[in-house]
Amino acid sequence: MELGHFLSAMTPVNLGLALFGVIAGTIVGSIPGLTATMALAILVPITFSMEPASALILLGAIYTGAIYGGAYAAILLNTPGTPSAIATTFDGYPMAKRGDGDLAVALACFASVVGGMVGAIALLFLAPPLSKVALAFGPIEYFWLSIFGLSLIASLSEGNLAKGLAGGAFGMILSTVGVAEISADIRLTFGSQVLIGGFGVVGALIGLYCIPVLIDLVAVPDRHLKVEEDVKTLRIGEAYRIAARSKFNLIRSSVIGTIVGILPGAGGSVAGLVAYSEAKRTAKPHQTFGAGEPDGIMATESANNATVGGGFIPTLVLGIPGTPPDAIVLGALLIQGVRTGPAMFTQSGSIVYTFIYGLIIATILMLPAGLLIGRYAYKSIVTIPKAVLVPTVGFMTIIGTFSIRNSVSDVIIMICLGVFGWVVARFGFKASPIVLGLILGPIAEQGFVQGWTIGAATNNLFGMFFGRPISQAILAFTLITLILPLVLARKQRKAALEGK
Amino acid sequence: MLRRSILKAGAAAAFALSIGTAAQAELNGPVNYIIPFGPGGESDISARLQQPFFKDKFGQDMVVTYQPGGGGAVGWASLNGLSGDGQTIMGVNLPHIIIKPAQKDVGFTTDGLNSFYMFHFTPDAIVVPADSPYQTLADLVEDAKANPGQVTMSGSGKASANHLAQIKFDKMTGALTTYVPFKGTGASTTALLGKQVKAQWGYTTVGAKQGEAVRMLAVAMEDRHPLFPDVPTFKELGYDMVGGAYRGIALPASASAETTKMWSDMIGEINSDPGFRQQMLDGGFALLDISVDEMGDFMAARTEEYLNDAREAGLIK
Repeated sequence: MELGHFLSAMTPVNLGLALFGVIAGTIVGSIPGLTATMALAILVPITFSMEPASALILLGAIYTGAIYGGAYAAILLNTPGTPSAIATTFDGYPMAKRGDGDLAVALACFASVVGGMVGAIALLFLAPPLSKVALAFGPIEYFWLSIFGLSLIASLSEGNLAKGLAGGAFGMILSTVGVAEISADIRLTFGSQVLIGGFGVVGALIGLYCIPVLIDLVAVPDRHLKVEEDVKTLRIGEAYRIAARSKFNLIRSSVIGTIVGILPGAGGSVAGLVAYSEAKRTAKPHQTFGAGEPDGIMATESANNATVGGGFIPTLVLGIPGTPPDAIVLGALLIQGVRTGPAMFTQSGSIVYTFIYGLIIATILMLPAGLLIGRYAYKSIVTIPKAVLVPTVGFMTIIGTFSIRNSVSDVIIMICLGVFGWVVARFGFKASPIVLGLILGPIAEQGFVQGWTIGAATNNLFGMFFGRPISQAILAFTLITLILPLVLARKQRKAALEGK
Repeated sequence: MLRRSILKAGAAAAFALSIGTAAQAELNGPVNYIIPFGPGGESDISARLQQPFFKDKFGQDMVVTYQPGGGGAVGWASLNGLSGDGQTIMGVNLPHIIIKPAQKDVGFTTDGLNSFYMFHFTPDAIVVPADSPYQTLADLVEDAKANPGQVTMSGSGKASANHLAQIKFDKMTGALTTYVPFKGTGASTTALLGKQVKAQWGYTTVGAKQGEAVRMLAVAMEDRHPLFPDVPTFKELGYDMVGGAYRGIALPASASAETTKMWSDMIGEINSDPGFRQQMLDGGFALLDISVDEMGDFMAARTEEYLNDAREAGLIK
């Protein structure tokens, strides 16, 4: 029976859809502002006339391609193409700067394929039991998860903790602007209609990451990226050897990505950040995270692609979308007349398993397709003259921001944030803590308010915040992440003193 | 003189009339259907259900796009700035478009929106997990009375349909429950299934989606929902509660009366299609047919009720 599903995923139509989906997704994902969610929303009507399994394969392939495509702009332009690729900028751009952009793109492709495979295999074999993870996470768990994510600020801003924390706090304040997601209060808009929609994450990403790069490109005469010799091909062999050496990192990050993908309140950006944080925490002494460490790219890229398979687990088993693109898939299934839910794996087994095999095939196809498109993307960014690159990218930032929700306000906010980001960067404030605050602030706020409401109602506030096992585990990881660097630094100082 | 001007006026009127019938509004190319929320919610799903029927009946594509932000306010505030040529429409939701402008200046007013059709509502329902000790609504009310505040109920947002229903129900029963707002019905359902709360103020759509995993204790409809013949209405149980979240469609205010009428007729036609009706019912929705001519009375009645409820609850001044 399993073989039958595999074969029906291998029909020419389904193979063609998988390939087309991966290519289209990669291209859409590589453009900042165009997200996987948007690509799926536009393509859903095309799937109405398809078989449900084929429709799912197309949507899944676009989704997985888009998450990988987000890495290009992150590596080559320091701008995450999708929010999932935020942590890819940390090491990807430094690598590109020093002339290793081709290597970084190839590494991202390998890592994405591994992550995608782990997520899809979890979906294939473990979906019903793993879906329970989605339900085990209550408001308080999301609260602590976001605090854990925020603890990354400490390790991102080594040597300048105060500035990092200030940036994070600023990002959290930005996240409260506009109509509050759950309380419906209108906050910090100062009576202006421009701010009522708040600071959108995608627009803020484009502004804070891309605009400073553009300003710097214009301000300095050097080439955008250093190029070693003539660009012929990506350094695939070298990338493969590095990836093979880091298999433990790849697997751990993929597992993290799968689990975070299952959580309906998190998503690819959180998965990438958590995996990056873990990779950094367990780094070997010679590794330089934040300054072009290949393991940093691999952690993020494998984790964010693992969220694709992971996110489908609650979507298909519980009818609860694991990530925003899953919400679109769920709607498409509903129109197809396919009922999701606990019975889907037994009642609509042929659709589900054909789709999962299709997703696996799409993920494998991403290897050749991704390397080819990656090579082209790298070549064009590296060889294009600055006088063409800057206006093109500048134009894309505006179109990308506007297209999020056809809002001119968003474009104004994006440009203002960008200039602001460039100015404060002169004073040592980085963009990443601000973005972390902006993304994790609402998750923390909602979790806190809901947890507090439930805890107060049941007269168990302390137990609510500190008494639940998953919360305790996340809290422990947070403390380790925060304290370990201090302990290590102290040890090193001591050793240095004794050495004298 | 007078006669001549009367004649003139008559001629002008006849001319205007002939133009009125001649100037049939029509569609020119694909239609942009803006949902002022993110994907996956009830507004999105019902629009997605309309999509293929629209294409079938009127030959044009209906493209669904999302403009989330400000709990819908970003979209509604932008609507009247769009072209009123009939190629762009936007979903509208009650109580949102009534409560939001009453709270603060959010860039639009209830009357300023050219809402021309209300095509369905998702009736309020109290939902519990399948293995909940609450077998009936009476069980829940009894527990809430014996342990004031201890019965936690998730719902979508504050000052929303769910929240207003909770306040109203508590007042009717004299029980005290704790409302825990979540970001959308999906998140509030997840909290219910994960037993983070004891019950949920949800909609009949939750029962349709979750099937065996949940039990609905009562629905806020006049008659039982065809999909759930065993679930009683609040009315049957002695609580006068009928309502939920209403969804309709609006055009930019600059759209002509002909365009508005054309759209009202088109949405009405989709709404009367047996295939569409069946899909909506299977999804747990309850159909509604408030066309452009009846909108005024409908909105006036709903506005009065929502504002009264919200005022009594202290949500607006």
